[in-house]
Amino acid sequence: MSLMKIFDTAGSGMAAESLRLNTVASNLANADSVSSSADSAYKAKELLFAPTQESEEGFGASADAEVNNGVRMVGVSESQQPVESQYEPGNPMADENGYVYSSNVNPIDELVNMISASRSYQNNVEVMNTTKQLMIKTIDLGS
Amino acid sequence: MSNTLDNVFGMNSQALEVWQRRSEAIASNIANADTPDYKARDVDFRQVLQQASGESSNLELATPSPGQINPVQQSADQLKYRVPLQPSLDGNTVDSQVEQSSFASNMVHYQASLSFINGTIQTLRLAINGGGQS
Repeated sequence: MSLMKIFDTAGSGMAAESLRLNTVASNLANADSVSSSADSAYKAKELLFAPTQESEEGFGASADAEVNNGVRMVGVSESQQPVESQYEPGNPMADENGYVYSSNVNPIDELVNMISASRSYQNNVEVMNTTKQLMIKTIDLGS
Repeated sequence: MSNTLDNVFGMNSQALEVWQRRSEAIASNIANADTPDYKARDVDFRQVLQQASGESSNLELATPSPGQINPVQQSADQLKYRVPLQPSLDGNTVDSQVEQSSFASNMVHYQASLSFINGTIQTLRLAINGGGQS
């Protein structure tokens, strides 16, 4: 029953979006983290998605292999935005010049990302729900 | 026996299969709504149904030896790429709204095919039972 494959596809979408939500949560949680050097300061993380190519054996493979594309996470990249330094000589994390380095997380970006991820997640849930209902209808055929 | 049943249900069972494939394609599009460089794809229903019911008007190229590639099969299996309404900077051509509405209409079509088959089954039952209690 090929409707089953939709569960895999939508499921991979949900997994990817929840991973993205996780990243947003960790970025937001570390928005106020400070560090004693610019290199070790927390950098905002972003995920890179790519479609999964299931089986690619042979020429024509099958139509299903081509149709059925889930999504997967292929990597995490760190934001290249400059890290802000603040003069706080009283801070225990301050370097010899009295500076601390905060993260380069932009809360606005993260909130936008969060909304986008949750909407995409909902889309996938909706696809799964509809497919489930239709599968039940198909099973009940003729009763 | 199965041949007779196929005739009874007409092209509805094949249509069901094509709707199913289309819903798979759209589910992939929705799952990849945030993937950079992903190109949204869709099934050309008319072409695939023609192919499935063997009513294609094109003459097929004969492929007598096993190593040959069947071009008709290949082109039928290929999905069409969707023309984006609003191209985006990251090369993704998935439009969530378009995909959602296509998925919804696809599922309504699927249900329509299902209820046609259901109607046929009920008609057959009526004939078998002679209108008595089911």
